[in-house]
Amino acid sequence: MKNLKFIHSKITLLTGLLLVILMSCERETSDQTEFATLSKTGEIFTDTPIGLGSDFYFPYLGSKATAWSVDESEGYESYASMRFDVPNANDPEGNYAGGILRVDGSGRDLTEFDALTFWAKASQGVVIGEIGFGQDFGLNQYQVNETNISLSTNWVKYVIPIPDPSKLFDERGMFWYSAGTQNTGGNGYTFWIDELKFEKLGTIGQPRPAIANGQDLVQDAFSGIDLELTGLTQTFNLGSGLNKTLNVAPSYFDFTSSDPSLAFVDQFGVITVNSGTAVITASLGGVEAQGSMTVNAVGSFEVAPTPTRAANNVISLYSDSYTNVPVDFFNGYWEPWQTTLSSDFVVNGNTMINYTNFNFVGNQFSNPTVDATEFSKLHFNINIPEVPSNLDLLITVKDFGADQADGGGDDTIQQVFFDASDFEAGEWSTLEFSISLANRTNIGQIIYENVNGSSLTEFFLDNIYFYRGN
Amino acid sequence: MNKINKYKIRIQTLVLKSFVFASMLMLSNCSNDETQTVATFTNLVMSDEFDVEGAPNSEIWNFDTGTGFNGWGNNELQYYTDRSENVTVQNGLLVISAIQEDYNGSSYTSARLLTKGKFSQAYGRFEARIKVPGGSGLWPAFWLLGENYDVDGWPQCGEIDIMEYRRQEPTMVSGSIHGPGYSGESNPQGHLTKSYDLGNDRYDAGFHVFGIEWSPDYINYYIDDVLYNQITPSDIVVTPADAVYTLNDGVAATDETEAIEPTNVTGDWVFNKPFFIVINLAVGGNFPGSPDNGELFPQNMLVDYVRVYN
Repeated sequence: MKNLKFIHSKITLLTGLLLVILMSCERETSDQTEFATLSKTGEIFTDTPIGLGSDFYFPYLGSKATAWSVDESEGYESYASMRFDVPNANDPEGNYAGGILRVDGSGRDLTEFDALTFWAKASQGVVIGEIGFGQDFGLNQYQVNETNISLSTNWVKYVIPIPDPSKLFDERGMFWYSAGTQNTGGNGYTFWIDELKFEKLGTIGQPRPAIANGQDLVQDAFSGIDLELTGLTQTFNLGSGLNKTLNVAPSYFDFTSSDPSLAFVDQFGVITVNSGTAVITASLGGVEAQGSMTVNAVGSFEVAPTPTRAANNVISLYSDSYTNVPVDFFNGYWEPWQTTLSSDFVVNGNTMINYTNFNFVGNQFSNPTVDATEFSKLHFNINIPEVPSNLDLLITVKDFGADQADGGGDDTIQQVFFDASDFEAGEWSTLEFSISLANRTNIGQIIYENVNGSSLTEFFLDNIYFYRGN
Repeated sequence: MNKINKYKIRIQTLVLKSFVFASMLMLSNCSNDETQTVATFTNLVMSDEFDVEGAPNSEIWNFDTGTGFNGWGNNELQYYTDRSENVTVQNGLLVISAIQEDYNGSSYTSARLLTKGKFSQAYGRFEARIKVPGGSGLWPAFWLLGENYDVDGWPQCGEIDIMEYRRQEPTMVSGSIHGPGYSGESNPQGHLTKSYDLGNDRYDAGFHVFGIEWSPDYINYYIDDVLYNQITPSDIVVTPADAVYTLNDGVAATDETEAIEPTNVTGDWVFNKPFFIVINLAVGGNFPGSPDNGELFPQNMLVDYVRVYN
């Protein structure tokens, strides 16, 4: 009896002690405390849109805005899915389908996922141009996409791995797509997407990032000119054993210049060249990227001499110094034989045309045509970086005649030839000649072409104008 | 008073004891325990922890070199060497490197280690902790061959594949046996195999323990703490030509005795003698196919340890 009592009190004491220990925890935060965290929801669309808010679908300009809808008769193992009706090429409301799904509100914390996954099928076997995520119509800083996604007529699961999940701590761009009828002869079709979500698969491995498509490029660059690194990709091996390559925004990469004082590369992969030679490399998520860009500064690029003629003595087609008349185009992309590409080249705010891959190209100005009766001389500034010895450049001036249109039996042309002696490599030449055409009231075209086997490939063009006087 | 109290106490003690005994009985009969006992052989007989830097321990390991016969019977592409470029021990790991290089007419080199003539054991637990390489067109393996390989040839000597992997299924590893009549050489007498899917992980992402527990009547295959396959003599399916007939009383028929209508036809369970260990990294061949164009080399197979118990 005595023993029993003692045991009892021991137990009571022990229990009491335990209770005291448990209850003497440190002060907890109040129930009203709200720690600011972003949603870690992975689901985007299962049977309805999940957590996207009310204003979340934004179509691209030029696309058919009504392409997206929720289909309540189709679904992957369910009765609802997202439906995309890609329009016919001649649809007046838009000739392709494309847009983004963006969270209406704060972004999501996607750092714990490793892929965007979805099930998809289509009304026919078809290849979709682009599908991805990270496009928010803002900075699109972490945009990713896969190209040429093959859809079949039955549900298949697709995986788009995240290049580096640690970057997506605040992301609003859940999904984007672009689908046209280039592969279906202009005929529209439908595809469905269901179970769209971010997942942690755990089976994504073997990251192999690349810049410049994995190649070691060498590029001459003029100091002060910005170069953009392209060919930025990330490749993973999926749990299926297949590799998947994605196009990846520059912000996923860490870029390095071998000598930042010679060539500096910023976080967006834009290279500013000062002098000398530097090698640009990169890494993604700590993995070195294959490929590099070696930039050789080749001095500063001089702009064309500033025109000095008074504006009232000039009808200008292209110049920073004059108000230019309307021009239909500076490159007609005349198929099937033209190879010439063109782009605007800017140096210190001064714009010029850069023709590359040159065989022939035309400028056209027919709305209205130019009356060169008084302004009967033509001026060009041309800079050829590499002058081939067999250079034979033909410039043709065409008058469109009374019908003010190309062709029609009333056009007349004047041809002027230039050769290697007219140019110094890398320097601006001034070319001027009088228009000798009998009819020159409706000048509508200037055509530049390689003739007689001339192997000119690239040149810069500026200050194209008609003038009078000296 | 005292008498009564004593009696009361005795009964209470008896009840208590019975209660305790009953609970113990209940608990021990509990079949809800999900963990399986995978390690029943606990006496360490041989191990290589790969702690000594340099060439692998020559007291345990030999090297197969060259291309064997027809790419070691599988159209494999590598030329095995014992050079330190292809096999070395560093940082506590055995590193087998497959290198893309022109070497004696082959386009790749790699290494294959074996304990033939130096260590073999019948039955017991054989395990290794391995990280497989993640490149395409590779075939890392950890396996055993019957000690009578030179005398009786293959498949008569028997082969136990503890781990085989290929990148086509990065989340799977397979364990198999090959033997006479069930070598995989002819249809339908295929070898016996089963794969284990890691699920939400892939084998090239980290180290895993691969092992077998081998008894006269079964071979258990496990990966980490999961027992994923058990092969027993009755699993072997062979045509009568390769079968071993047993009489009703369980005694094998011989040329002298006539076989009674067989009631028990089994394949020849050759896993009843010592086997030695083979560890290798092959490139290309019938199982993984050739590496992708532009695949990165060298590719490394890492082994943390090899341990054998009985």
